[in-house]
Amino acid sequence: MSEMNTATHVPVLQVSDLDIEIRGVNGAFAVVSDMSFSVSAGETLCIVGESGCGKSMTALSLLRLLPEAASIAGGKVLIDGQDFLAMDQRQVEDFRGEKIAMIFQEPLTALNPVLRIGEQIAESVRQHRKCNRREADARAVDVLRLVQMPDPERRATQFPHELSGGMRQRAMIALALACDPKIIIADEPTTALDVTIQAQILGLISDLQKRLGTAQILITHDLGVVSEVADRVIVMYAGRKVEEASIFDLFDRPFHPYTIGLMGAVPGAGASSEAGDRLADIPGTVPPLWNLPKGCAFAPRCANASARCLKERPPFEEKRPGHWAACWEHDDAA
Amino acid sequence: MQPDRTPLLSVENLEVHFPIRAGVLQRQVGAVKAVDGVSFSLNRGETLSLVGESGCGKSTTGLALMGLVKPTGGRVQFDGQEIRGFNRAALKSYRRRMQIVFQDPFSSLNPRQRVKDIIRAPLDIHKVGTPAERETRVAELMERVGLRPDQADNFAHQFSGGQRQRIGIARALALNPDVIVCDEPVSALDVSVQAQILNLLSDLQRDLGVSYLSISHDLGVVEFISHRVAVMYLGKIVEIAPKTRIFAEPGHPYTELLMRSAPSRDPRKRHSFSATNDDIPSATKKPSGCPFHTRCPLVTAVCKTTEPALTARDDGRLVACHNR
Ligand SMILES: Nc1ncnc2c1ncn2[C@@H]1O[C@H](COP(=O)(O)OP(=O)(O)OP(=O)(O)O)[C@@H](O)[C@H]1O
Ligand SMILES: Nc1ncnc2c1ncn2[C@@H]1O[C@H](COP(=O)(O)OP(=O)(O)OP(=O)(O)O)[C@@H](O)[C@H]1O
Ligand code: SF4
Ligand code: SF4
Ligand SMILES: [Mg+2]
Ligand SMILES: [Mg+2]
Repeated sequence: MSEMNTATHVPVLQVSDLDIEIRGVNGAFAVVSDMSFSVSAGETLCIVGESGCGKSMTALSLLRLLPEAASIAGGKVLIDGQDFLAMDQRQVEDFRGEKIAMIFQEPLTALNPVLRIGEQIAESVRQHRKCNRREADARAVDVLRLVQMPDPERRATQFPHELSGGMRQRAMIALALACDPKIIIADEPTTALDVTIQAQILGLISDLQKRLGTAQILITHDLGVVSEVADRVIVMYAGRKVEEASIFDLFDRPFHPYTIGLMGAVPGAGASSEAGDRLADIPGTVPPLWNLPKGCAFAPRCANASARCLKERPPFEEKRPGHWAACWEHDDAA
Repeated sequence: MQPDRTPLLSVENLEVHFPIRAGVLQRQVGAVKAVDGVSFSLNRGETLSLVGESGCGKSTTGLALMGLVKPTGGRVQFDGQEIRGFNRAALKSYRRRMQIVFQDPFSSLNPRQRVKDIIRAPLDIHKVGTPAERETRVAELMERVGLRPDQADNFAHQFSGGQRQRIGIARALALNPDVIVCDEPVSALDVSVQAQILNLLSDLQRDLGVSYLSISHDLGVVEFISHRVAVMYLGKIVEIAPKTRIFAEPGHPYTELLMRSAPSRDPRKRHSFSATNDDIPSATKKPSGCPFHTRCPLVTAVCKTTEPALTARDDGRLVACHNR
């Protein structure tokens, strides 16, 4: 369990007005627009939203690992106060692993299939630290132990395909943690895992956060996971932030109609559901990013949409203290 | 709707063992006991969910009942008749009355086929009605699952995930089946779209009285859709109980672990997930005795040697455990 007060409120990562563009068959279009957020040491920020809304693009841009078709079209990323987007390739590589590291959904994308687990970790250690081979190997076994890999000395000598799914996930987390990064970006780290293993991995990450003060950005579509680990939450829709609040404010009183819809749509939220009950679904589907409606992107699916919503995009503004949303509606309680 | 209590489908000791072959001669060196003695029944208008972790044999159970993999043992009765005794006509009718909807709406439909042809295929195969009647039936089915008539000529690849799942459901409904096996029908979909499909399945059951054998690893989905729940572990059912009872109080230690591991959905009631490591056995190398004994907090000596049978408890549930 992570607690609000473990965060020290010194932002280690500050993102402002980030725009990401994709050049596709439909021409160039924005996949992420006006993204701004910050994370402090020890804090967990969750980013949720529908498939394709730009969560992974946001994450990849923070490591400057965007796919070829995508590029950063504007904005600033400060890591530990330094302008990450202005750095040359060498500096970027120094920062990766050392300051900021990523955990992917599918561990096989991060692990090299032909290198033993221990070698991969040791290689990353030697890239960032002045140490000899033996020290790097020892560090590899240490981090494998840190992520509670059973029998770490032996596992270090194995190849990724020789490990089970849960162990591979641990190996990748160990690789990400090897150089004590200040920020971990985890993109759906447990989506492919069974719930009992998911619980272990989430427990593991928050343990480490508490011990090392690592800041975490966790991307997920699972509101259950969010409610377990988040300090703060950003809800994205069609490439933009539509809501941001502390976990309690968001779960107690979501503001944006999309967030409200999302929460009602999760099955099993009411413990006493009867077969034959209906869920509060959100009608329709997400519009394609290259063909967004003119006003609010959620308007075609929103029960509260007014004429203004169809014409003008609502600004992202503070609706209640510390609780932001992009919606033309007013806070009825305020 | 309260389901009718006469079992429509009853499965006894179903077994599906896949051979493991090795060497140049491809000799059998072992077996993956994917389904290892599974028994349950399904009533009319009822939803029974099979839950459990990846690889525990849920899909194989569903595929075996559909005749898509060959069981290596056990008995299946449908509507009071044993499948093995079915002649060809009876078998054909069984295949009409059992249908399946798959998890991945992107790979289970041919992207180059038009929607109307996909939905009509079962009618063509079973030669139901005249071409004109089939056309009408397709239109009816499309409306039933919430697709627009003007989409009939579109290709599957032009649809979103949720819409494709609607197409798969329309196809499964074409022959008025009694049972639909739903293998993770919403796990590839976004939450907001998932709810649309779950509502559709629930409406169809209410209106048509169809039974579902629903396969899922998402306890939220299970809680929403089921009347009864069967929990599987390494090819066996370890607990079967009515939905309300199993969620109120899990009987088997594995059911308990599963429920404890599911996220709480309430930030004020967070679990204290521990980082302790379980070494999880596989269907190829099953532990002796109780298959769960390597992870069980209640394990005693007998668990390591003797496999517990699924036995009835006072409250009507079935549990396979020596110590519960
Ligand atoms: N390599 C690529 N080339 C072109 N477009 C891409 C590429 N990768 C992603 N996209 C598009 O960019 C948009 C944002 O994708 P992104 O992967 O960030 O979504 P996401 O929010 O992570 O979704 P998911 O929940 O499915 O992972 C999507 O519309 C997607 O189709
Ligand atoms: N055709 C096959 N040949 C050999 N082994 C198989 C075959 N099909 C499935 N298996 C194995 O049988 C076991 C059960 O698989 P099954 O697909 O039924 O699991 P599941 O419970 O549906 O899992 P998931 O939740 O991952 O879909 C697994 O160990 C799997 O690897
Ligand atoms: S701005 Fe209008 S359409 Fe958009 S979410 Fe708010 S009420 Fe709905
Ligand atoms: S039989 Fe023993 S090992 Fe198996 S679940 Fe029961 S107590 Fe645990
Ligand atoms: Mg993604
Ligand atoms: Mg399966």
